[in-house]
Amino acid sequence: MPAAATAPSSAADQAAPPLLQVDRLTVRFGPHEVLRDIAIDVDAGETLVILGESGCGKTVLLKSMIGLVRPSGGDVRFDGRSLGRLGDRQLAHLRTRYGFVFQGAALFDSASIADNIAFPLREHTRLSEGEIRPIVESLVDEVGLPRSALAKKPVEVSGGMRKRAGLARALALDPQLILYDEPTTGLDPIMSDVINELILRVRRRPGVTSVVVTHDMHTARKVADRIVMLYPVARLRPDEPQIVFDGTPDRLASSRDPRVRQFVEGRAGGRLDELREEQGLAAAGGRDDGDDTEDSR
Amino acid sequence: MPAPAATAVSPPGIAGWLADRVADLGELAIGWVASIGDVVLFALRTLGWIVARRQRREVLLPSFYQIGVMSLPVVALTGLFIGMVLAVQSYAQFKSLGLETRLGSVINLSLVRELGPVLAATMLAGRVGSAMAAELGTMRVTEQIDALESMGANPIYYLVVPRFLGCLVLIPSLTVMADFMGVLGGYLYSHLVLGIDYHHYWENSRAYVDAFDFLMGISKSFFFGAAIALVSCHHGFHCAPGAEGVGRAATNAFVHSFVLILVLDLFLGIGLNHLHDFIHPDGPRRLL
Repeated sequence: MPAAATAPSSAADQAAPPLLQVDRLTVRFGPHEVLRDIAIDVDAGETLVILGESGCGKTVLLKSMIGLVRPSGGDVRFDGRSLGRLGDRQLAHLRTRYGFVFQGAALFDSASIADNIAFPLREHTRLSEGEIRPIVESLVDEVGLPRSALAKKPVEVSGGMRKRAGLARALALDPQLILYDEPTTGLDPIMSDVINELILRVRRRPGVTSVVVTHDMHTARKVADRIVMLYPVARLRPDEPQIVFDGTPDRLASSRDPRVRQFVEGRAGGRLDELREEQGLAAAGGRDDGDDTEDSR
Repeated sequence: MPAPAATAVSPPGIAGWLADRVADLGELAIGWVASIGDVVLFALRTLGWIVARRQRREVLLPSFYQIGVMSLPVVALTGLFIGMVLAVQSYAQFKSLGLETRLGSVINLSLVRELGPVLAATMLAGRVGSAMAAELGTMRVTEQIDALESMGANPIYYLVVPRFLGCLVLIPSLTVMADFMGVLGGYLYSHLVLGIDYHHYWENSRAYVDAFDFLMGISKSFFFGAAIALVSCHHGFHCAPGAEGVGRAATNAFVHSFVLILVLDLFLGIGLNHLHDFIHPDGPRRLL
């Protein structure tokens, strides 16, 4: 597995401070607690995959890591600097060391693919248009986009091309930390694996650290050095930690935690009945046997 | 398992009912204060970015084109018809007093002081304000605003300031167009259909409508333009998820802008009338 080959192993690497530290992070939206006391350290050079079912707070955690979501409690530190204590300009400057690949690519509709990819370069560098052009072309080559796509608007290209353009844009400033939000959602199996391959290639860039949020087990097994699994706060007892697993992909496969096993094996279990009870529907009339396999895609 | 939700226990009977109503009112008041504070902070941040960093021409021009040039035909058309409608509605009253030649004064004064600026602002709120809210709302829902922030760019600088400047700078031009077309429409209907002598029509207009009236309308339009841009962009920025959220943001942008235009119109009208009295202490001009 490529993950194991590049995992930090030396004593010096182990001793280095984490690039990103999530310290007792809590996020609430109104009365709803989405993240509770999350603590994760992400080491430089590592690829961390955050797994979990829909609605467990994975994307909120990812957005908290770049300061797009303000925490209700706790702290996020990047390279030792607390995001919550930075002013708007300092935070904006720090974000040039991040790359964020959004679930739906989040390309600007009104701009061409080329202008989308060039945006960070125009915003944060003094490069001329003549210097930006070859950088944009090398980025689209890197992610396997045809150059004919450069002049097109995002709505004129396929979902897979949009995702790759979003990745090219995220790579434009040579970021240290790349955050991927559900990178393979909505793609066919082949294009999903193309994206997985790209994530693996990107991590070979020197000094790149990646955090991938996904519910796709294939992506998790393929790209992860380490996997953290979140569980929805609403399904936890008050004293239970929200992180139900933290370890290597091999350890995930052998985990005996029933919550982890249910997710890894993709079983609905009694979830449908529970959901119906929560909605106030009587389970008595239900005819569902609890062993249906949940289609997670 | 889901944790049981904590429930507030109210005292029984009428005291409990009253306590609940007071709590509801308090919640409503806190919500209003928070919303107003949020819009004010949004406005201050927008003003801050206007001063802090110059806008790029290639960002400003498309925004100006959308707000100004594309709104011109509809503002001109509505101005023309409002001028004619004023003539239609006022004529019978004025004729019964034998004062139909004074029709021009009333039509033109109403247009340049009130109807021109309010009409241009209303059309701008409907055509541009709701479109801005929908556009920014869609950008919020599809995470394009988050993408801007994640790349270290400020969304207010990129998305709000060009629209704000577009509304602020171009609404006076649209007001002039509404005034001009309204005056033209009123005259054409009065002269061609009602048969009012053009010399007396214009002579009376000139006597009762002066530069202050015209400038009063134009100065109000700046406030209307700023209000439309800020309210609409704020609704877009704080759009709820989904198509329903975008639709609601667009609708609320128009409704709230329109209400704000009317409220501003009242208070600016009172203030500017005081200013007129200060400049001309001999009292108001007598129309009739």
